[in-house]
Amino acid sequence: MSVGLHQVTKRFGDVVAVDRIDLEIADGEFFSLLGPSGCGKTTTLRMIAGLEFPTEGSITIFGEEVALVPPNHRPVNTVFQSYALFPHMTVAENVAFGLEMRKVPREEVRRRVADAIDLVRLTGMADRKPDQLSGGQQQRVALARALVNRPKVLLLDEPLGALDLKLRQAMQIELKDIQREVGITFVYVTHDQEEALTMSDRICVMNEGRVLQVGTPEEIYERPTSRFVADFIGETNFLDAVVTGPGRVRIGDTEVRVATDAAAGTRLTVMLRPEKLQIHAPDEPVAEDRNRLEGRIRHRLYYGDALEYEVELPSGEVLDVRMENVPSHRRWGPGEEVAVSFRHDAADALTE
Amino acid sequence: MSRRAGTSKNADRVLSLHGLVVFAFLYVPIGLLVFFSFSDSASLNVWGGWSLRWYRRMFDNGPLLTSIRNSVVVALVSTVVSTVLGTAAAIALERYRRWLGKRTFDALLYLPVIIPDVTMGVMLLMWFTTIGWRLSLTTIILSHIAFNISFVAIVVRARLAGLDPALEEAAMDLYADRWRAFRRVTLPLIAPGIAGGALLALTLSLDDVVITSLVQGPGSTTLPVFVFGLIKRQVTPEINAVSTVMLVASIVLVFGSLAFQRRKSDSVQ
Repeated sequence: MSVGLHQVTKRFGDVVAVDRIDLEIADGEFFSLLGPSGCGKTTTLRMIAGLEFPTEGSITIFGEEVALVPPNHRPVNTVFQSYALFPHMTVAENVAFGLEMRKVPREEVRRRVADAIDLVRLTGMADRKPDQLSGGQQQRVALARALVNRPKVLLLDEPLGALDLKLRQAMQIELKDIQREVGITFVYVTHDQEEALTMSDRICVMNEGRVLQVGTPEEIYERPTSRFVADFIGETNFLDAVVTGPGRVRIGDTEVRVATDAAAGTRLTVMLRPEKLQIHAPDEPVAEDRNRLEGRIRHRLYYGDALEYEVELPSGEVLDVRMENVPSHRRWGPGEEVAVSFRHDAADALTE
Repeated sequence: MSRRAGTSKNADRVLSLHGLVVFAFLYVPIGLLVFFSFSDSASLNVWGGWSLRWYRRMFDNGPLLTSIRNSVVVALVSTVVSTVLGTAAAIALERYRRWLGKRTFDALLYLPVIIPDVTMGVMLLMWFTTIGWRLSLTTIILSHIAFNISFVAIVVRARLAGLDPALEEAAMDLYADRWRAFRRVTLPLIAPGIAGGALLALTLSLDDVVITSLVQGPGSTTLPVFVFGLIKRQVTPEINAVSTVMLVASIVLVFGSLAFQRRKSDSVQ
């Protein structure tokens, strides 16, 4: 385990920013803290960095208790959201800063700075000042300045937030490559669920200072344990349902099969991702392993690569259905009566 | 079309005339002052031919030279001390989130900027008398420090406010302790603000008549107060000579500081 948080709480006056959280981050893992703004993810990162001290609880880095250790005595480095490059220093001076503070011999500093600048592909830019660089280049300097110190853990606070979409996607891949190359733990704060899904080994979803779920991107997306997680990550349909028997629930007047071990009579929410639903003609038979609901098309939205239908159920609830825009799919128009089907294991039953 | 062009041409003429009038209003008196300082006549506004008579007279005037020396000493000492204290106050107010009495201190710090000089002078005079200090150069210096701290703090604080607090955090994240983070990152970045504040303090100190005249002791007069006294007794072009020297000194100071600031901001970019 590289970073461990045990019952960590941070209060600012009366405001509880982080509320008794426990985390175990494995060595070499790309670990993301994901949540809306104000959920405590940045405060958590800053506590690992030593820029904030927890009000209660313990923080360990490779087994060593560091909760109250100042940042300059921790084996971690941070890539700040604003990059925080020193504007009066050149790229090389920025990157060399940490090594100089630790009194690394000059010759070694020179070599390691050059290596780090190469690693982030800024060769030839060593003598520029930060404001002579583009946003993406500044981002790389920030990364090099942290990595050159060979930290045991690299902390990244929304490092791609200020970049435009194309650059952000390119940097996602590059960051992931760099992480594989240096092989150290990355703790990555983001509010962008797509970024978290594509880059992370594991994701921790936070809200209101608490940890809601920790898991692989697939677990988080496919099997969210709470309505908040399901709603925050991706598009989701929620349907009210009542348990009628083992693995059976009733949605409106229709009984469907869903994986749940809740007792009969329990009210729960069935979560369905729009892309796992399919639309059929009302008289078309549905495969054995699929559930079927009846409804009527209310709207059709054209996305280019996909079509999204709003299907109104007899109960008045509306299901979003996303279907790939391929020639074999028939298109449905508003007002048409249809059936919607989904595999038994495509739905997730949420009791929260 | 032609009419519009005509009007805008007229507007241009009016505007440049206005500009000329403003410049004349500002600089003709200064020009006259400098001009008459080289006059051989004993009258302030009667030309008596070229002469350096009043400059010679100025440099023979013992009390005048003493007042110049006093002014320089007061200005330098009060500038150095108030720059250090004012900068420290600015950092305390801008960088540290909570400390006891911060709000009160914040409000009180700006008091010397807004209260009238006379009030400040009388206050200080009463204070020095109450604690039984003899009025001297020291009391002048202390008074100047008292009002200059506020001005330095305001200027430095403005510069600090524009600085990303993450810069200092980044330095500490990169193994710098608080002192080295300040020395290597914050200080170089706020240096232009500190220089500006120091310059303002220097100017205010060299300029001050009201407060100084209240807290000065025998033999500790500064130049502006001395000149003020001179005018009350007798008005000769010697005053013009003194003023011209002060003018030249100010111009050198201002251009020096501008050059310094420009070089600083270049190196930041």
